[in-house]
Amino acid sequence: MDYVIEMLGIRKEFNGFVANDNITLQLAKGEIHALLGENGAGKSTLMNVLFGLYQPEAGEIKVNGKTVHITNPNIANELGIGMVHQHFMLVDTFTVTENIVLGNEPKKFGTVNMKQAEQKVRELSEQYGLAVDPTAKIADISVGMQQRVEILKTLYRGAEMLIFDEPTAVLTPQEIKELIQIMRALIKEGKSIILITHKLKEIMEVCERVTVIRKGKGIGTVNVSETNPNHLASLMVGRDVTFTTEKADAVPAQSVLEVRGLSVNDSRGVQAVRNLDLDVRAGEIVGICGVDGNGQTELIEAITGLRKVKGGTVMLNGKNITSFKPRKVTESGVAHIPQDRHKHGLVLDYPIGVNMVLQTYYQNPFSKAGIMNYKEVYKKANTLIEEFDVRTPSETTLARALSGGNQQKAIIGREVDRDPDLLIAAQPTRGLDVGAIEFIHRRLIEQRDNGKAVLLLSFELDEIMNVSDRIAVIYEGQIVAVVEPKETTEQELGLLMAGSKKGAGERV
Amino acid sequence: MSKKWTVLAVPVISVLLGLLAGAIIMIVSGNNPAAGYMALWNGAFGDSFYTGETLRQMTPYIFAGLAVAFAFRTGLFNIGVEGQLLVGWLASVWVGLAFTDLPKVVHLPMAIAAGALAGALWGFIPGFLKARLRVHEVIVTIMMNYTALHVTNHFIRNVISDGSDATDAVNETASLRSPFLENLTDFSSLHNGIYLAVIAAILMWFMLEKTTLGYELRAVGYNQHASEYAGMNVNRNIILSMVISGAFAGIGGAMQGLGTFGNMFINSGFSGIGFDGIAVALLGGNTAIGVVLAALLFGALKVGSLNMPIESGVPNELVEIVIALIIFFVASSYMITWLLGRFKKKEAK
Repeated sequence: MDYVIEMLGIRKEFNGFVANDNITLQLAKGEIHALLGENGAGKSTLMNVLFGLYQPEAGEIKVNGKTVHITNPNIANELGIGMVHQHFMLVDTFTVTENIVLGNEPKKFGTVNMKQAEQKVRELSEQYGLAVDPTAKIADISVGMQQRVEILKTLYRGAEMLIFDEPTAVLTPQEIKELIQIMRALIKEGKSIILITHKLKEIMEVCERVTVIRKGKGIGTVNVSETNPNHLASLMVGRDVTFTTEKADAVPAQSVLEVRGLSVNDSRGVQAVRNLDLDVRAGEIVGICGVDGNGQTELIEAITGLRKVKGGTVMLNGKNITSFKPRKVTESGVAHIPQDRHKHGLVLDYPIGVNMVLQTYYQNPFSKAGIMNYKEVYKKANTLIEEFDVRTPSETTLARALSGGNQQKAIIGREVDRDPDLLIAAQPTRGLDVGAIEFIHRRLIEQRDNGKAVLLLSFELDEIMNVSDRIAVIYEGQIVAVVEPKETTEQELGLLMAGSKKGAGERV
Repeated sequence: MSKKWTVLAVPVISVLLGLLAGAIIMIVSGNNPAAGYMALWNGAFGDSFYTGETLRQMTPYIFAGLAVAFAFRTGLFNIGVEGQLLVGWLASVWVGLAFTDLPKVVHLPMAIAAGALAGALWGFIPGFLKARLRVHEVIVTIMMNYTALHVTNHFIRNVISDGSDATDAVNETASLRSPFLENLTDFSSLHNGIYLAVIAAILMWFMLEKTTLGYELRAVGYNQHASEYAGMNVNRNIILSMVISGAFAGIGGAMQGLGTFGNMFINSGFSGIGFDGIAVALLGGNTAIGVVLAALLFGALKVGSLNMPIESGVPNELVEIVIALIIFFVASSYMITWLLGRFKKKEAK
């Protein structure tokens, strides 16, 4: 087989910590090759070695059969290696074209020849089927579109080998479909792709071969046609993994959350939630499913007091909590795992231990008469870190330094620990690996089994189907159907999410 | 551990680089750098009088530095320390003049509190505008500096005195003058304010690091969204932060009014202490102990520079250049950390 990139026996250490130990990855021309591993397994380190950001202690890298020494990213670029980063590196106030040519502008009399640049971008986007508007501002286009700009950036620089770093973590299901088409088109044009991911479904769908690494060690490379998701998952985690979360039937009791006729506006002042009714009972998990942007975020923000309610009521345990301030909502017995853990969930520059009391710092024993008792704070933090398996060097490590999965576990620990009557979990497993997802699902179900109410918001249909006891489909700010997971299919949910009334279950 | 060293290394290296650059400038301009710096040292710590003057100069710097650092730690840029200091100065002098038969234990704290209150009010306005209308505090505080300058001048000329350029000296019961410190330092103008400055630094550290208020203020400074999610009142905290910052600056003004000068006079321009406070906070890494050390350095440089032309013939403006360069090096701390990183790498190899 012809390999365009070969990384042979790569070893990388950081102060005695072995991040990569004898890893071999060979990318054949024209293939989509998956690099699979849990959060913190060493995927990023390996790619940073390839990209010249780190120098390996052992092993060699060959590009098109020739041994190369990649000492900085410019050399990687010259060799035709391009990286599509997970967190986009784009200037928000620049146009698509300006971002693509940045640092490599076509010049004319010492000024940037924008016409020529736009022309080039247009040609590239047509050639690879990457629909973008070259003159649009980055701030005005969708996340999926921004990702295409990132891809175009690498193509503009003549990349032949593209590395996609967890490209689907930020995309909606529709955008994922489009991305897969784009990757196929790139292969057709003779490019080769390394796809870093921990989503097994995507690997099964688009990849030819997959290289698995676990805790820094290369486990091996397998052909996708000869494997299955269960096998891959056990290779990655090192033990058998169950996908369908096991749980007993729900025994719902009294109503905990009652939303009646709720109306909420979004940030632009457009009505996002329209006259919405919703019930969540003690001892059940209600999953809200819908296409992003149908009022889910606004609904949750309204319940938790982060957004003004225009009309209607929110009742908790028979008590009216409509338009309560966030603290009053929290004190009434609501916990909230927020959708965006960096924006809302954590103060990233506080130690992880200090983040554990973000809502309770003013209460005994964490403070007395306005004086913090950090000893108690860290004591609490250590119990939670232990109980929720948050992997952190210490309780005083900044939250910023933790991996996404461990940040999420910390938030979940904090929220569940308050023993709330209602737990709202918004995309609790976004961007996490199977091990962490399994853990979080178990915790949500445990909460339910303890007789608490759980409201789950997710864009992953698998998650909704697996974890929920009832599914409420939201469309244009209204709950259009409530169905039981056992009596529905992904197809039916898909239709309901798209606004079709056909096959709708009973209305609440 | 190594990270802690870097935190310390940046300001120290910046100061050394600034002094080195100053030496080069002295050589280029035909002066003897050794003599120049010797004169600077003698002028700052040469005998007890100069040491006293340095400590006296350090006092308002500590307050101004604390004011900037406190706001910065809670996510705000208080460029208005100069103005807050001026109104605090005026208010303290006014109270110091207005009462004649109060015992010192009542009068002095009252005069200082008046300074704090005036500074707090001057900080409240930009804080309120930021919280309610999202007006950027930098713009408002800069404008408030000019307002403070002209308002205080007006009050001195037309309200407190009868068209004169300066107020009378404050009553003995409101004065910070200390015969003990004066005797100790060969009759320098050192006054009791230095104790208050050190107490204020401890207070700031305690407030930020040990209280629930500090927990909230820093959280809001780092991440407003998460603070709101956690149930904190973001707007209240923004206002409170500016009020506390302004109070620190106001007390700094009281130190001038009740201690250094004992009165207030018409200012044709800014005193510069408020702006130097920004540099002090920056050099001190926005920490209480850092501010105290940086204020000591600035006090020594300012006081010591007066001796330079007399003893060595080096113009005292040179110190202004050195200060500017130190700030330049601190501001480009990235460069220093990068150099340190390179250095370490080579050593490892």
